[in-house]
Amino acid sequence: MSMKRQKLVSDLLVNGALIILCIIWTLPTFGLLVSSFRPEDDVSTSGWWTVFSFTREREGPRFTLNNYREVLLGKDMSYTNAEGEVVQASGDDLSTAFLNSLTVTVPATVIPILIAAFAAYGFAWMSFPGRRVFFVGVVALLVVPLQIALIPILRDYKTLDLTGTFLAIWLAHTGFGLPLATYLLYNYISGLPRDILESAFIDGASHFTTFTRLILPLSMPALASFAIFQFLWVWNDLLVALVFIGSKPEVAVLTQRLQEMVGSRGQDWHLLTAGAFITMILPLVVFFSLQRYFVRGLLAGSVKG
Amino acid sequence: MENPEKLLKSSGILDWLTAGVGRVLVSLIVPVLTFVVMWQGFIFLREGEASKLVTAVVAIIWGVGGVGLLFLMSNWLVEQLPELWMTRLRPYVFVGPALAILTWYLLLPTLRTLYASFFDASTSSFVGLQNYVFAFTDPKMLESFRNNLLWLVFGTSFSVIFGLLVAILADRSKIETVAKSLIFLPMAISFVGAGVIWRFIYFYKPPSQEQIGLLNAILVGLGGEPQAWLTLRPWNNLFLIAILIWLQTGYAMVLLSAALKGVPEELLEAGRIDGASEVQIFFRILIPYIQGTIVTVSTTILILTLKIFDIVFVMTNGNYGTEVIASQQYKQMFKFQHFGRGSAIAIVLLIAVIPVMWYNLKQFGEQEAF
Repeated sequence: MSMKRQKLVSDLLVNGALIILCIIWTLPTFGLLVSSFRPEDDVSTSGWWTVFSFTREREGPRFTLNNYREVLLGKDMSYTNAEGEVVQASGDDLSTAFLNSLTVTVPATVIPILIAAFAAYGFAWMSFPGRRVFFVGVVALLVVPLQIALIPILRDYKTLDLTGTFLAIWLAHTGFGLPLATYLLYNYISGLPRDILESAFIDGASHFTTFTRLILPLSMPALASFAIFQFLWVWNDLLVALVFIGSKPEVAVLTQRLQEMVGSRGQDWHLLTAGAFITMILPLVVFFSLQRYFVRGLLAGSVKG
Repeated sequence: MENPEKLLKSSGILDWLTAGVGRVLVSLIVPVLTFVVMWQGFIFLREGEASKLVTAVVAIIWGVGGVGLLFLMSNWLVEQLPELWMTRLRPYVFVGPALAILTWYLLLPTLRTLYASFFDASTSSFVGLQNYVFAFTDPKMLESFRNNLLWLVFGTSFSVIFGLLVAILADRSKIETVAKSLIFLPMAISFVGAGVIWRFIYFYKPPSQEQIGLLNAILVGLGGEPQAWLTLRPWNNLFLIAILIWLQTGYAMVLLSAALKGVPEELLEAGRIDGASEVQIFFRILIPYIQGTIVTVSTTILILTLKIFDIVFVMTNGNYGTEVIASQQYKQMFKFQHFGRGSAIAIVLLIAVIPVMWYNLKQFGEQEAF
């Protein structure tokens, strides 16, 4: 009986502590989400939690999609607020930024994976002079901070007239993501059973066909892990975008736009919260649908420079 | 694949020569064509006159397809060569592009940045160690070093401690999966997004108005005065670090949780039979067993804290005594256009991670398999 009771108490403590931690961790995001659906006047005059309080004398919570419309469409618009005044607002055009983010992120995820997979196969299954030295180089570059590359690469881009192009930022993300991609994929590809490859060679397949027909499909789990990793990294990056895209508004990505909004409309919480949520929505979807692969990628080692 | 020697024997020298010329011609035309197509795509994208959606689609196809085409073409080219050269060169078709990009984007820049760090703002005249003297004596830089140390110590330790705590609690709970997902969720959020989320939490309004920031609302609810958290020196640094802890605990939890699950049950049973308390089991068995993982997690977060930039940039832009090394580097580069100082600060960052690099290489050297 007392054992049982002890168990009950410890269960209660464990779950209680865990639930408290979960609430603390979730509340900030939850508050953002709730606020993004509240009308401007409500957001600026009362806390988002009042939506759930029924003790107050108010006509119940009001929700709107106006904030999203405003930050997404970005055209200057006017609307009538609660006091009946017509309010003029200049928009933030996050829909363009969303498209830009997508245009930056998809190739900046696929290109390094493709290049790294080729390299990983070369390191794992081919012998050539310098193999070990080159791979030691890859390992050394794993933790090199990307700050080291900003000025020289920016100069190269100026010479090549590449600044503000998508190519510039894809290549930059490819360069900065390659050491980790090559390292992770090497670990996976070198661990594939030797006899599978040997039987392919006996059948007369070249390295190229073996790689594209056999190794790539077999490595899907590792490729997916790194893809999620790189996707989140590129989508969420601010520094690389700031440096290589610069102040060109027509190619600016979401993180840049959001950061600008913080500067220009630091008090407009109805817009900031909606804007922040737009930048978060795609990573969250990717994250929740592919969490398993992401965790696997993390466990495979993840030190990034 | 045909063998050139066999061809030579069966059809004579002349045939081989014409075939050779044909080959050379095709070998030239294919890359030139590829190049032209790629170049046209590049010009199209650089001009950027098409509509947004078209540009985006073309950019994606051009970028991804271009890289595939590049590999396909270089492999095809190498396969046209005689057997001996084909075997010699083919590995470089595979590793070459990666090595080239790594050299251009990380290896050479390291040397060029080192070089630039001994020169003045526009890299035109040699100034010796002046930029490094600046990096280690300027008051703003000293403030950055102090703050980075705070980030490093508090950011790393609290992320690991909370991560371990959640991992242990979740392991004994029925809501493990849900709890872990919720703690892990901030990993998907950008530093900028997290910045907005936490600016909202820390938001300050004068005492006369109703507080809309969660932290001040709680404080006022408890009978306190609202605080402008982000300008409250030197504590504001800790409020910024809290954001990193919020983001990184999930990462620490995932790795530590996997490590904890690897601890053999017999080991814990043996400890319990010997009469060890849960606390003793934790410190004497669990912690030593997962030590390696704790080191890995700490190192990763430590490197992250050294390079921390976005959070500071979004929250305070380095004002109110919150400057860090990476934000100083950014300012030297883009605000003051002083490439010498910017380079010297980048080199300081590199030196800070050298111990980790050395450790990685040592670990790698011990792997006999390579």
